[in-house]
Amino acid sequence: MAEDRTSDAAALKTTPLHAAHIALGARMVPFAGYEMPVQYAEGVLKEHLWTREHAGLFDVSHMGQARLRGVAPLSAFEELVPGDFIGLKPGRQKYSVLLNRTGGIVDDLMASRPVNSVGTGDDGLFVIVNGACKDNDFKVIDAELAGQVTIERLEERALIAIQGPEAAAVFQHYAPEAAELAFMDVRLMTAFGVDLIVSRSGYTGEDGYEISVPGDAADDVWNKLLSDHRVKPIGLGARDSLRLEAGLPLYGHDLDETVSPVEADLAFAINKNRREQRDFPGATRIVKELAEGPPRVRVALKVLEGAPAREGAEISDEAGAIVGTVTSGGFSPVLKQGIAIGFVKPGHAEVGTRLNVIVRGKSQPCEVVKAPFVPHRYVRKL
Amino acid sequence: MRFTKDHEWVEVDSNGIATVGVTAYAAEQLGDVVFVETPAVGKAVKAGDGFAVVESVKAASDVYAPISGEVVEANAALGDAPETVNAAPEAAGWFAKVKLANPAEVDALMDRHAYEQYLQTL
Repeated sequence: MAEDRTSDAAALKTTPLHAAHIALGARMVPFAGYEMPVQYAEGVLKEHLWTREHAGLFDVSHMGQARLRGVAPLSAFEELVPGDFIGLKPGRQKYSVLLNRTGGIVDDLMASRPVNSVGTGDDGLFVIVNGACKDNDFKVIDAELAGQVTIERLEERALIAIQGPEAAAVFQHYAPEAAELAFMDVRLMTAFGVDLIVSRSGYTGEDGYEISVPGDAADDVWNKLLSDHRVKPIGLGARDSLRLEAGLPLYGHDLDETVSPVEADLAFAINKNRREQRDFPGATRIVKELAEGPPRVRVALKVLEGAPAREGAEISDEAGAIVGTVTSGGFSPVLKQGIAIGFVKPGHAEVGTRLNVIVRGKSQPCEVVKAPFVPHRYVRKL
Repeated sequence: MRFTKDHEWVEVDSNGIATVGVTAYAAEQLGDVVFVETPAVGKAVKAGDGFAVVESVKAASDVYAPISGEVVEANAALGDAPETVNAAPEAAGWFAKVKLANPAEVDALMDRHAYEQYLQTL
C-alpha cells in the first residue's frame, strides 16, 4: 500500500483552532499553506453522512476574509467581477468570480454587505476568498483598484461553518437573531459575547451558517457549538465530498485562470445589466461565449459502473473519441456511486448523454446528469 | 501470516497458494473503503508490481503484489461489500489468491512480531 508522507510542516501556518483539532484526534495535512484537519477519528464517510443528517462543524479559517472600503466600493468592485454589485442590497451576499483580462477565473468568492439588525453597517464589502488564492487575490484587487478601495485583511479572524439539517437550530440557540436570515443573507451580530459576521450559506448544499469570529474567541464558539449532541467536527475530506455532491465547483480543480464563467456553468453570476454594459474583464470573450456557446462546458457525471473517476480521468464519447476531462471526482456517500465534475466539448453536455470515463485504462460508462447530485436544502424563504 | 513494509499480508496454504490482503493498520489508514479493484484471474504478477487498487471517499491507493505468481482467484465479495476490508482486513477482506512462483519470496517477508515492531517505528 502506498502512503503519502509528504509534508512541509515547518512552513505551514495554523488557524486559531489548531489545538482544538489535535485534541479531537484530527489527522492534519498541509492545505492552502495551513496545517488543516482532513478528517477526525470517525473518518470521511461517517463525517459526510453526519453532516447530511445532522450538523457538521468546519474550520475554514484558512480562507481569506477582508473588508473593502472606499468612496464607491461597490462600483469599484464591479471592475473586477461580472456580477451586479451596485444592485447588491444591504444585508445580502452574492457569489462571484474575480476575472483576468481574458475572462479566466482568478478565484471564486463570496462578497456581501453586512448590516446589523436595524440595517446599519458600513458601506464596504465583506469578501471571503479561497485560502490558496488569497494573497494573489488581494494583490490583484489592490493593484487594479488602487485609489478606489482600501483592503483591510481580517487575518486575525477565524471562519467557522456549521452545516446540515440541524445546523440552524443549533446555532440559533446561541444566536437567536440568526433565525431572521434566509439563504445568502448576512448580518453583523453579537453572540457568544463577541462580534460576529454571519451569513446563511456554506459550501455543502445544506442549510447552515458561515460565522466569522474574532480569532481569540474561536475556541469558545467552536467548543460551545460542538457541545451540542447534534454536532460533530468535520474535516476537509468530507467538505470536499459534500461540495462535490452539491455540484459546486472547486477552485484549482474545476476552475482556473483559463476557465471562463460561461464554460464553468456559472453564467448566473454574470448579471443582465453587466452583459449589456460589457464592462468587466474579458467581457469580449464572455459575451461571445454567452451568445455562441463556449468551446467546453462543465458537466456533472454519474459513473454507472466501476471505480470512481477522479481528477485527470479522460472522458470519451460512445465511439471512443476523447471529448473531455474530469476535473474533480470521487465517491458519493449518499448515492453510493462515483460522481464527477468535468469539462466536455459542446454537443456532449446535454443531460442524459451517455459517455465513458477512462479509469486506469478501463473505459467505464457514465451519464451527464443535472447538478446537484444531491438536492440543495437551502432555506430561501423564512 | 507474513507482512510487507507496504502493509500487505500473505498467507500460504499447503498447496502453495498465497492469499493476499492489506493489514489492519493499512485499513485504518485508508479509512472507509468504498471500492476495490482486484486483479484479474490468470494475471501474472511480480513482487512489487501494482496488484490492486483500494479506494476511499477521498483517494485511490495502490496495493503492491508482495510476492510473484499467477492470480488464481479474486475476492468477488468485495465488489458488493468493499467495507469488508475495514471490518475484517486480515480475514474476509482478502483481495486475491496467487499461485506462488517463488516460495522463497515469502520467507523474506516479516513475521507478525517483526511487523509489529516495524509499526512501532512509524
